[in-house]
Amino acid sequence: MGHGPAVKLGRDDAAAYKTKLGVKMFVVYTIVYFTFIIINATNPKSMETVVMGQTAAVIWGFGLIGLALVQAVIYNHLCTKAESEMNKGV
Amino acid sequence: MIYAQSPLAIGLFIAFVSFVLGLSFYLGRKKSSASSYYAAGGNVHWFTNGIAFAGDYLSAASFLGICGMIATAGYDGWMYSIGYLAGWVVALFLVAEPMKRLGKYTFTDALDSKFNSKPIQLTAAISTLMVSVFYLIPQMVGAGVLVQPLLGLPHWVGVVIVGVVVTIIVATAGMASTTYVQFFKGALLLIMSAVVVIMVLFRGLSTTPVNNGVVYHDFKPMTATESMVISDPAYSVVAGLDTAFGKAGFVKLAKDGKESIWKFEKTDAGYNLEQTLYVTTKEDGTKLYNGAAKEAGEFFPVGHVKELRMNGKDVLTTGAVGPLAYLSAIKDSTIVLWGKKYVVDGHEKTEVFYQKPTPGTRVLRPGLKFKVDNATPIETFNFVSLMLALFCGTAALPHILIRYYTVPSQAAARKSTIVAIAAIGFFYILTLFLGVGAMTTGVINLTDNNMSAPLLALSFGVVLFAVISSLAFATVLGTVSGLIVAASGAVAHDLMDNFLDIKMTEDGKVRAGKISAVVVGCIAIFLGIKFEGMNVSFLVGWAFAVAASANLPAILMLLFWSKTTAKGIAASITVGIVSSLGLILVSPDMYAVYGLIPKDAPISFNSPAAISIPLSILALVIVSLMTQNDVNRGHAVE
Repeated sequence: MGHGPAVKLGRDDAAAYKTKLGVKMFVVYTIVYFTFIIINATNPKSMETVVMGQTAAVIWGFGLIGLALVQAVIYNHLCTKAESEMNKGV
Repeated sequence: MIYAQSPLAIGLFIAFVSFVLGLSFYLGRKKSSASSYYAAGGNVHWFTNGIAFAGDYLSAASFLGICGMIATAGYDGWMYSIGYLAGWVVALFLVAEPMKRLGKYTFTDALDSKFNSKPIQLTAAISTLMVSVFYLIPQMVGAGVLVQPLLGLPHWVGVVIVGVVVTIIVATAGMASTTYVQFFKGALLLIMSAVVVIMVLFRGLSTTPVNNGVVYHDFKPMTATESMVISDPAYSVVAGLDTAFGKAGFVKLAKDGKESIWKFEKTDAGYNLEQTLYVTTKEDGTKLYNGAAKEAGEFFPVGHVKELRMNGKDVLTTGAVGPLAYLSAIKDSTIVLWGKKYVVDGHEKTEVFYQKPTPGTRVLRPGLKFKVDNATPIETFNFVSLMLALFCGTAALPHILIRYYTVPSQAAARKSTIVAIAAIGFFYILTLFLGVGAMTTGVINLTDNNMSAPLLALSFGVVLFAVISSLAFATVLGTVSGLIVAASGAVAHDLMDNFLDIKMTEDGKVRAGKISAVVVGCIAIFLGIKFEGMNVSFLVGWAFAVAASANLPAILMLLFWSKTTAKGIAASITVGIVSSLGLILVSPDMYAVYGLIPKDAPISFNSPAAISIPLSILALVIVSLMTQNDVNRGHAVE
């Protein structure tokens, strides 16, 4: 059969840790994203409120894009650290 | 004419296509194995792959569609940007590393890695093919839309050019050349979009925008008495209050033998009149733009600030401003958006575009396109369901998933996703400024807002327009390349090699992939021509909903639920495809496409994801629990 990775991958003892971390990160972002969606669906007028000189909707939008990047960088840092510590003997 | 062909744009376009083809032939000369064809040998650097992700993802829908939607509907267009980017969070945190760990060339490989199951191979391959083809159609239609102003050629020529060029690229070198084409395209798109945004900010806002030396149309309002005597005596009434136009809120006037349509608003003294733009479709199908043939140029581009306020003061122009000050000025000002009404008068149908002055705070929050204010439960459901599809669709798009096989390790897969998030997030921030820039500088073509970003570039001169238009075309080329690789992999690798067990040599597998690419390319060309005029965003939404329903539940349950079985996965994919497609086919939007009355549709929403995703998960859980004794039972990855 033609399954299995295209290149040979080494053992990864950090895989379980990374999976758990990924799920936690995903849950945090999902909560924030759907909070934004629910506010828009139920009280869209509140998104006109001016916060820091911008509408709340603009702040939310920049915030969600920024949060994705910040979480991604933190995730990568923690994953890289775990890989270097847990895969020493591999 | 809103735009005329530019020799520079044509030259740049030819130069770019020649460069892409040259690169493709060069890389194709060196590569020959199945691994190199489907996965670029698995040796692409993570940074290159990350930018190539952006190149794959920032399709015609993102660059043309979102900017156009923001230009005409404000923040609601940006909701697509936010939803599309959020989808990458699902890809990074849940899918990236496991996909790399499990798969070889295709998404089906990953799903089938634990099972060697014929039903999975078949259903996943069909799902990949369907999503890829549905995603291909809007790209090809987008190519046709672009080629008309860029090269002055008809729609079908654009579709054929893209189809032939991309099929040559893919059939020549597969994923390797596709990756480098995407890298160059993605990087150039980011750089040039940033250049346009910087120029927009330097120009600032004005109530009388000047585009490429051309002064904006002067919308002079008029008044009329109760008996419709116009304040400017040069005008006479052609169709008054008691006609079909009058009943729709318009009057048709004439001056020096030239007709125009005006929107009226009742006042104490009579009426206020505002000029409109209109397209008349005659009985024989001929179209007149503001009463004249398209080439006459009477149908001018629009978009302006009515009342401009900066730091609490009314101003005529802001001068150069920073990005936050720019948005703040928009928020405090009144922007003229455009509404649309149809007037049927005898055998003539007139599409009237009228001015809708809108407060900036309203422009910069949702609700102008999506029905969220005083919405019914179904309208709220429709909105939430669309945002769910955008959130879940990205991590289930086959042409995105196969890119995880081009890098050498799981860490590289993760890092390339982070580069993609940074690049795509940056681009989506730019789309807000590109869209609002087009909205306020008189460059919107009301009959086709897809051209808003290229026409915004044209307002700075033909050189920038030429570059941006060529890039937009390259955007289509790149996305179509990725889709054709994904679709050819589904046919040659998943169906022929795995499902049908056709014995092939390494060369034979590559040949099968290339032949499949040519066949899929021909199908895409055919569909691109057949679907001319169909709404691009509508088709992209379709692809996202099907991908999110058919693929994502199967991927996530395989990774995170140890009781998942092969039959459960096959059932989930089947139910996901059937339910999402079924609901789309009977939706109000599809009824409009069929030429039927949308209200007659058996369902009253257009976004199926909130129903089809849970159904797909439910099918997987029920069938998996019923087939626990099968030898093909899977295990959670960790």
